[in-house]
Amino acid sequence: MKLTDISVPDYFHKVVDCQWACPAHTPVPEYIRLIAAGRYSDAYMINWESNVFPGILGRTCDRPCEPACRRGRVEKEPVAICRLKRVAADFKDDIRARLPKPAEKKNGKRIALVGCGPASLTVARDLAPMGYECVIFDQDALAGGMMRTQIPKFRLPESVLEEECRYILDLGIAFVGERRIDSMKALLAEDFDAIFVGCGAPRGRNLDIPGRKEAAKNIHIGIDWLASVSFGHVNAIGKRVVVLGGGNTAMDCCRSSRRLGGEDVKVVVRSGFEEMKASPWEKEDAMHEDIPIFNYLVPKEFTHDNGRLTGVVFAKVKAVRDADGRRDLKPTGEPDQHFPCDDVLIAVGQENAFPWIERDCGIAFDNRGMPTVDPRTMASTHPKVFFGGDAAFGPKNIIWAVAHGHEAAISIDRLCRGEDVTVRPPPQVAVTSQKMGLHEWSYDNEIALDRRYRVPHREKVAALRDLRAEVELGYDLELALKEAERCLNCDVQTVFTGRLCIECDACVDICPMDCITFTGNGEEAELRTRLTAPAKNPSQDLYIGNSLKTGRIMVKDEDVCLHCGLCAERCPTGAWDMQKYLIDMTRAEEACRLRA
Amino acid sequence: MTYVVKPKFHHPELPKNQIGFTHRDYEGAVSTLCAGCGHDSISAAIIEACFELSIAPHRVAKLSGIGCSSKTPTYFLGNSHGFNSVHGRMPSVLTGANLANRDLIYLGVSGDGDSASIGFGQFAHALRRGVNMVYIVENNGVYGLTKGQFSATADPGSKSKRGVVNTDNAIDLVGIALQLGASFVARSFSGDKAQLTPLIEAAIEHRGAAFIDVISPCVAFNNHAGSTKSFDYVREHNEAVNRLDFITGRAPIKIDYAPGSVELVEQHDGSTLALRKLDAEYDVHDHLAALSFLHMHAAKGQIVTGLLYVAPEAEDLHDRLNTVATPLNALGETELCPGAAALDKINAGLR
Repeated sequence: MKLTDISVPDYFHKVVDCQWACPAHTPVPEYIRLIAAGRYSDAYMINWESNVFPGILGRTCDRPCEPACRRGRVEKEPVAICRLKRVAADFKDDIRARLPKPAEKKNGKRIALVGCGPASLTVARDLAPMGYECVIFDQDALAGGMMRTQIPKFRLPESVLEEECRYILDLGIAFVGERRIDSMKALLAEDFDAIFVGCGAPRGRNLDIPGRKEAAKNIHIGIDWLASVSFGHVNAIGKRVVVLGGGNTAMDCCRSSRRLGGEDVKVVVRSGFEEMKASPWEKEDAMHEDIPIFNYLVPKEFTHDNGRLTGVVFAKVKAVRDADGRRDLKPTGEPDQHFPCDDVLIAVGQENAFPWIERDCGIAFDNRGMPTVDPRTMASTHPKVFFGGDAAFGPKNIIWAVAHGHEAAISIDRLCRGEDVTVRPPPQVAVTSQKMGLHEWSYDNEIALDRRYRVPHREKVAALRDLRAEVELGYDLELALKEAERCLNCDVQTVFTGRLCIECDACVDICPMDCITFTGNGEEAELRTRLTAPAKNPSQDLYIGNSLKTGRIMVKDEDVCLHCGLCAERCPTGAWDMQKYLIDMTRAEEACRLRA
Repeated sequence: MTYVVKPKFHHPELPKNQIGFTHRDYEGAVSTLCAGCGHDSISAAIIEACFELSIAPHRVAKLSGIGCSSKTPTYFLGNSHGFNSVHGRMPSVLTGANLANRDLIYLGVSGDGDSASIGFGQFAHALRRGVNMVYIVENNGVYGLTKGQFSATADPGSKSKRGVVNTDNAIDLVGIALQLGASFVARSFSGDKAQLTPLIEAAIEHRGAAFIDVISPCVAFNNHAGSTKSFDYVREHNEAVNRLDFITGRAPIKIDYAPGSVELVEQHDGSTLALRKLDAEYDVHDHLAALSFLHMHAAKGQIVTGLLYVAPEAEDLHDRLNTVATPLNALGETELCPGAAALDKINAGLR
């Protein structure tokens, strides 16, 4: 294998599994260390710069970072990264003075943003301080988009949403509420230098089976129903509710039902429990609220009596693998099952809908009705129009919308300056030694053996009584500190300098995870078979060092390294050093422009 | 000195041995020796050897004297018996312990100061008596704890860290061990665990006095140009006569080397040693040839390593004394005091 080029930003970035997995590449270990140090405002600001909505995401994020967390490979469960983010938001001081100020001088460029969800808000936040005049249009009277309409208040209190939308709108951004954009052509004709489409995936999929029309009064589309609940238009539901679908929307529907009078609430999914799209913790929370989940049941018919819904009939199926290994649902042949109920909520997916974009306005669409969007630049085929969030590639989640927003803002900025949109300024990387003394490091390298701490919840009876009572209470400071200590500081990198190495084996002997091997070179697949400990995770790199006197190479399997620094402590020559790797992703801001 | 406790976490796929332990279970406390000390690698090799042999830690007694080397038993086999004796007196304590309980595995760990200077006599007599033990000397050629004066194993002409040239002759512990009748004699290098670990395993399985001289560079005081015990010097002048693949009696023998290059050596305990011969002429059973081979190469500044001698038929102190098979410390009062009639019989025999 070749010598590892650690000057390529991606190499060490990949070692910070959480940051690499985060679409917005939030420097997770850095903010967790700040939380441990009691610097909550600093931790919040790092998050705010990177993911824009720390308080919201700290409660609602889909957490792609957590399955990636190295801790999950070392012991059972990852660090509670998401809920630590919430700690930063909960315990910060007033940070308003630290936010960017509205631009003193406008640059004369006007940007229209369609939909006031996380994607548009991110674009506007990045562009407004640079002098862009941003105008956000939304059909609703208040900002937030799906964060407001689809996430129940018991998961995301209104105050948190308000606060973080306010931080952005206060940057001198014009919010035009209750204004639905009906024509892209008309918008293009207005005097805007660029248009960003962040209108989400607003259409809930319907389920057209017998009885749908007849019992329509008691059959609701999940996301529309959640929006009505959010705006107070709906405040009751029948005692017996069946929720169809296995995603997070279904979980929000069933849990909201329990708070609006539903006593016997069931979730029914077509496929297996394990395959449900909902996050495991959301399923757990639903089941904790006495909501059973039934699987392998395909809805066949809504039963009704005199225009009144009486229940749903399901066919029983089982998962069968066909010859190509594809999974298929086949009837079991057992009799159908009837669940009597008063109301049904359909949460079987969302669709994009762009009836307002004329197909001849220069924006190309594919045969599935989705716009053609460059995933790097978020540009459509119209030079002035950009997409982001669920509107770009279909339903994802908030953190993806934020990531799209950052990229679109860079593109819009470059477009407005007459620069090539496809050229992206590089990220800024700093790698700094953490050595303070003979055995002193500027990070806490002692490894806590604690298991993941549970976030305290509100007592169930009290939680179910109030639609707005937040269920999760968040970590207190004591728990937060303990959970923060579980972070392995994966951004503090083991950096090897071969020409200093005397091959004494001290690092090999001390490494608690047997990560390090000195051996003859070979091809990766073969090399992986003869390391000190099995290296069976090919998604994790082997770090190769050379320039050794014996002609051997140093191989470090990054997979389960604890970043404890013992290799560097036991190294007599300083060939190993612990260096903090900080990557600042490119955003549309003056500092990043200088790097281009 | 390292202040951080070595984390308890270990690699999730760490192999386990026949008695269900990982190699981490054979560790001791974190070393307080200088970073990079060769002795730590020897500790790691001992850990690996005991792990691979699936030795129950409580079946091992580790004994040492005084010095950097003699501190190391703290850093391995944290669940074994240990005895830290007076300077140079480890061999007699070990001999006594072995006489009292012949069932334990005895691991004597010493250094060049402990064995070639203050304890030279003790070293000689324990080997001469054929005590069943593994005697490891962690040999760095200097007194590290007193800041790097030459020890008795420093080669004449080698330079101290401050540039002083050693004018005294060196004691070659391997040569002495051969002369005194050690039945298993080897030399290795702390920087080559692939060679060292199987040697320790074979020495543990060997019944009789097994001696291993391990060159172990002192990174603080003897790892500079001009030293003959530095990492660089030993790597450049290492003349390995063979590589040993230790094979226990039970395990199937799998050898994929070119025919003729491997010699299978049966030990009398039933274990087999597969020796990959690097020097075709070298005969591990020829005591006299070994001595002259060592002298010849030492004169050229070369360090001969590998399994240098193994006695075809070995016996230990208990064989010679004809003691009972039961460890003496396990004998009851009736066996130890057989009564007046038995005494009369012995007395009669002496008349």
